[in-house]
Amino acid sequence: MSAVIKTNNLQKYYNPGESLEVRALDGVTLEIERGEFTAIVGPSGSGKTTLLNIIGGLDHETAGTATIGDTTITALSDNELIDFRLNNIGFVFQAYNLIPVLTAQENVEFIMLLQNKSKEERQRRTAELLKEVGLGDKMNSRPMEMSGGQQQRVAVARALASKPQFVLADEPTANLDSQSTSDLLDIMAELNQKENVTFLFSTHDQRVIDRARRVITLEDGKIISDEKR
Amino acid sequence: MLIKLAWRNIWRNKRRTAITVASIFFAVFFAVFMRSMQLGFYGKMIDSVVRFYSGHVQVHAKGYWDDQILDNSFELNDPELKAIRENPNVEMAANRLEGFALSSSGDLTKGVLMIGMDPELEDRLMDLEPKIQSGALFGANDRSVMVAEKVAEYYKLAVGDTMVFISQGYHGVSAAAKYPVSSIVRFTSLVLNERAVMFPMKEAQNFFGAEGRATSVAVILGNPNKMDKVVNELTASLDTSKYEVMSWEEALPELVQAIEADGAGGLIMLMILYMVVSFGMFGTVLMLIQERVYEFGVLLSIGMGRLKLWTVVFLESIFTTLIGAVLGVIGVYPLVLYFNHNPYELTGPAAEAILDQGWEPVLPASLDPSIATTHMLIVMVVSILIAFYPAFIIRKLNPVEARRN
Repeated sequence: MSAVIKTNNLQKYYNPGESLEVRALDGVTLEIERGEFTAIVGPSGSGKTTLLNIIGGLDHETAGTATIGDTTITALSDNELIDFRLNNIGFVFQAYNLIPVLTAQENVEFIMLLQNKSKEERQRRTAELLKEVGLGDKMNSRPMEMSGGQQQRVAVARALASKPQFVLADEPTANLDSQSTSDLLDIMAELNQKENVTFLFSTHDQRVIDRARRVITLEDGKIISDEKR
Repeated sequence: MLIKLAWRNIWRNKRRTAITVASIFFAVFFAVFMRSMQLGFYGKMIDSVVRFYSGHVQVHAKGYWDDQILDNSFELNDPELKAIRENPNVEMAANRLEGFALSSSGDLTKGVLMIGMDPELEDRLMDLEPKIQSGALFGANDRSVMVAEKVAEYYKLAVGDTMVFISQGYHGVSAAAKYPVSSIVRFTSLVLNERAVMFPMKEAQNFFGAEGRATSVAVILGNPNKMDKVVNELTASLDTSKYEVMSWEEALPELVQAIEADGAGGLIMLMILYMVVSFGMFGTVLMLIQERVYEFGVLLSIGMGRLKLWTVVFLESIFTTLIGAVLGVIGVYPLVLYFNHNPYELTGPAAEAILDQGWEPVLPASLDPSIATTHMLIVMVVSILIAFYPAFIIRKLNPVEARRN
């Protein structure tokens, strides 16, 4: 197994050197292997989202490095990070992930359009992905015509559309009911097992934690436990 | 997809889009209407001047403009002058012989401007027949005069009365004659209405002892926009040591100044209108940005470049403006068309003020398509300038902070 994500002594301080200094991340070192299904857990303010933001190339560290595949993303400029995210990382956010004026099909296609993929490839892959997440019959529905769970499944399909190295999911089930949460986790677990897609979650949701095969617990910006199941 | 995205985005908040489109619609509507009426009025003024005074282009002997005496007249049979009528852009060329004279009738006297002209041609040029208050226009071989209304009022003249004229003719010859009044005419031009007396060209040449001569040729063009071209062509084909070719703008700089001064007032009004609309459009963009910061954050996060993101917002702004501007032009066109065919006639003090300036108090709307395209372009430019604000916001947008919005 090869490491998809590596962080080395990753630190993120807010107001450094001042009396109100906040150490959101305080020396986080970890490796995530390809095909992992990992949950990052911890209380509010423990640094989960900050860690995901830096690994996702959305935020800058104060010190340390983060490497995705062979690329040290902490050395990339903002514009390079946008391209890197497009081609290497899939995102599923807590809510309001989708472009409201585009249909499910168009939302998924949109990522591939940004990657300049051919129309044929876009349409073929979109159909495959929506079928995989169980929404083959909702291709022409707009987000407001779908339930929260269905929207998150479209978001998963979109996250996979660019063939990313891994998918970052920030509290993906926070706004979902039990059944939708269960359906979404089933789909992600299936994609993880069948297609070896790497998933990294930040979550408070015990149902997600129960399904994860590795649980990394953060507290005060430090890893206090790393449990593989 | 970006175009599709932008187009659908503008219909996300239909009410806001409708308000924005309406503000652009009314801006273009009022701007085009105001400007059409203004330029239509200027066009009418220019047309009057061109027909009654100089023509679009005037050809006269060199030196005549600075010293308008009969000694600075020219021979009409000069072969060079064929170039005027042979120019394909020339619709009409009217020879005129003008000179000042002392007129008399009964115990009264008055200085008048005597204009020798071809009645048939000038009727077409000045549309004289409807302006004749009494009598009939003289023929080319008649020995009679057509008197301006105020001159006739001064002398209490009626058709058939006789007037006496004394003047100095060509090369100082003594000019004196008496003519019956064949008609009384009302000119809209105050200057002409107070002192013009017209008579046939042949009789004018006889009166002034200037056989075969004229003081000017008023040239009317089929397409006034080709005026500069014709001036250049005539200047090139005529001997400039003998002749001078002038556009009406050169001949009547005071009219150009009057139009510019009045036009500046109109432009200030338009600027105020556009400023109000610009703030409205800017307000819409501000709301749009505030409402969609989270969405922009998501789009940046998933890898949409800032330029592409701005392009979508830019296209939204362009689409909204285009809809409003096109509807504005479509909406105002029937009104402009109506006032083009049925010019608004001023009454009361406003009409008197315009009449005092020598113009007709009617406001026809101009149908010049460049008015609509200009104002569409102005709102488009405003829209493009406003779109720099989202460009600035998107350039600075941090996806993490945006998603916290």
